[in-house]
Amino acid sequence: MKNISLKKELITALLFTVFSMVVLGIVYPFFMNAVSGLLFHSQAHGSFIAGENGRIVGSTLIAQRFVNPAYFQPRPSTAGDDGYNASSSGGSNLGPTSEKLRKRVAAEIERLRKENPDAPFPIPVELVTASASGLDPHLTIPGALWQVPRIAKARRVTQDRVKDVVCVNEENRTLFVLGEPRVNVLLLNIALDRQFGKAR
Amino acid sequence: MNVYGWAQIFLYFLVILALTRPMGNYLYRVFEGERKPFPGIFGAAEYFVYRALMVDKNKEQTWKEYAFSLFIFSFFGILALYALQRLQFFLPFNPQTLEGVTPELAFNTAVSFVTNTNWQAYPGESTMGYLVQMAGLAWQNFLSAGAGIAVAFALARGLTRKANQAKTATIGNFWVDITRCTIYVLLPLSLLGALFLVSQGVIQNINPYREIVTLEGTRQSVAMGPVASQEIIKELGTNGGGFFNANSSHPFENPTPLTNFIEMVLIFLIPAGLTYTYGRMSGNRRQGWVLFCAMAILFMTGTAACYQAESHPNPILAGLPLDHSQGNMEGKEVRFGTSGSALFTVITTAASCGAVNSMHDSYTPMGGLVPLVNIMLGEVVFGGTGAGLYGMLIYAILAVFIAGLMVGRTPEYLGKKIEIREMQYAMAYILIFPVIVLITAAWSAAAPYGAGSVSNGGPHGLSQILYAASSAGGNNGSAFAGLNANTPWWNIMLGIAMLAGRFLMIVPVLAIGGSMAAKKDIPPGPGTFPTDGFLFVILLTGAVIIIGALTFFPALSIGPIVEHFMAQAGRRF
Repeated sequence: MKNISLKKELITALLFTVFSMVVLGIVYPFFMNAVSGLLFHSQAHGSFIAGENGRIVGSTLIAQRFVNPAYFQPRPSTAGDDGYNASSSGGSNLGPTSEKLRKRVAAEIERLRKENPDAPFPIPVELVTASASGLDPHLTIPGALWQVPRIAKARRVTQDRVKDVVCVNEENRTLFVLGEPRVNVLLLNIALDRQFGKAR
Repeated sequence: MNVYGWAQIFLYFLVILALTRPMGNYLYRVFEGERKPFPGIFGAAEYFVYRALMVDKNKEQTWKEYAFSLFIFSFFGILALYALQRLQFFLPFNPQTLEGVTPELAFNTAVSFVTNTNWQAYPGESTMGYLVQMAGLAWQNFLSAGAGIAVAFALARGLTRKANQAKTATIGNFWVDITRCTIYVLLPLSLLGALFLVSQGVIQNINPYREIVTLEGTRQSVAMGPVASQEIIKELGTNGGGFFNANSSHPFENPTPLTNFIEMVLIFLIPAGLTYTYGRMSGNRRQGWVLFCAMAILFMTGTAACYQAESHPNPILAGLPLDHSQGNMEGKEVRFGTSGSALFTVITTAASCGAVNSMHDSYTPMGGLVPLVNIMLGEVVFGGTGAGLYGMLIYAILAVFIAGLMVGRTPEYLGKKIEIREMQYAMAYILIFPVIVLITAAWSAAAPYGAGSVSNGGPHGLSQILYAASSAGGNNGSAFAGLNANTPWWNIMLGIAMLAGRFLMIVPVLAIGGSMAAKKDIPPGPGTFPTDGFLFVILLTGAVIIIGALTFFPALSIGPIVEHFMAQAGRRF
């Protein structure tokens, strides 16, 4: 009797393992693929966006590298060896007593100071700290406004006109309290190109 | 700190408070009710599963049979997950042609996902192909959560059933519990929730990684995958294993402040609801609310402390020409800010979730102390799906025992005597956890093959080790992620810690359930300590804090606490 129930128990466990793997591991995700591809095709495939000439220039959710002074720059990235590697996400994981972190930030301040001679001090802290994913697509409003003098100069337009672009693109808190006010760097730069012509 | 940050935190708490009762009622109907919800769909599916898998739904199990079913099922799960990872190269849906996972890492990951820990010693996007993510990792996200809930119901039945009923000394049927949990709760909520996540920007496809040319003309390779279907159960089942290395901080896993909020709600939804379910099972809803209150006190305290610490500047950046009004932004995302990050961190470690939306390793010393303490308290602050409730019930038994010692009477809980055997099991439960954590941490800190993985100097290095050991032993899965855990030592040692932290602790829980189920009901007398009032909330909260503090304070004092003072003094490593 004891042996029979043990054997039955093992068979049930085995059947349960196989059956649940098929239902929860194959049927469910492929069903989700089909439904979400039908209802939210763009989001399900990465929220990619086209630039001026219709060419896909990136995902609105994923930060990309900008070095041209005429573009807004996203936060420093530790994704991959050189940063902004969207198939190698991650943060620096440097702790609050890490000499390495301080040196990195000091170097970043030095670079920003050189590239932004007309920008005010102090620098918003997000511009020198790496995000958690390394792919943070956003800046805070102060973080974007801080870069305006450089961009205005490079594009030979007034600072107020660049500031307007920032204000128009501002995203507010959801339901008044969730998250932080922010601007999306890629959308901002596409808007700059549209308004003032492609950066050279 | 600002008013928006606090408003977000209080809004979150109110939402959880409001959802506790409806969720608790739903869970009660599913597991204990005579009339189950949606019999036409769910009931039919349930009936089909029992027929196909040869389950007799009316057969009740003793605690030993229940444990055996759970263990054999988990064992098969580990085997299957191990095999999937090792054979990945030969399997379909692997467009990046990722190689088979190394044996130690495959062992660690298999154990990790079956024990509901979801510790990850690997970066998801460059290690696991889509089939392993879907049919391996997401699959176990469902089942490990279901197993935890099943055990919680088994214990609750033992405590609340009256012995003169016919079902003496049995505590339910494991197969029935896990089937119902999946069909009535986890799968339907996942289907709806995943669709919502996709609408917000979480990806869901099996395309190869997309190569693009950016606006400035550089190349970027963007990782893809069936993320939403896994993301939703990762939160709902308090699993926490990220599809990507950056986990819930990755914009494809958590794209907006709204998804962040919903993900946080999902983590506490079932654990909070279970307290109410438990109250109903005991026939006195206040018994459930008492547990809820004790959890809420600990939760709000931790959240306030963490948010306060993180909205201050990172001490390592003192004296640099920076505007710190955003708080400590190293390892945090702009869209969440310090409030949305600190709140998520407290929730994910209070529950045994372990998903992260910011890098705990880069938190200020006091900010990083909060998640560590949450894990060390045994994750009973709402806790993992099921695991939180059964952990808190063990503490309740302990609190009743302490109260009994004070007045010199045999302690009772819910009209049943607590005797030597139950106390032995309860003490085993309480002691196994620190034994696992402290031995793992001490050994790793002392040995070069353990300490060599540390990436930060000074006391923070010890914190990394301590966090890893606690996270594995407590089945949390979050990390001070600078630690290089993908070495043979860490993979194997933490694998063993996760196994022990799950299964060795489930044994005494089920044993208490079994032995209480067999006990006769005794009417409350004048000396009975009431367990449904505010006094018991205080006693229970105190028991959790005192036991946790006594056990771990020495270790914490040479980790984050000393680091706090060194950071204030400007020491760098």
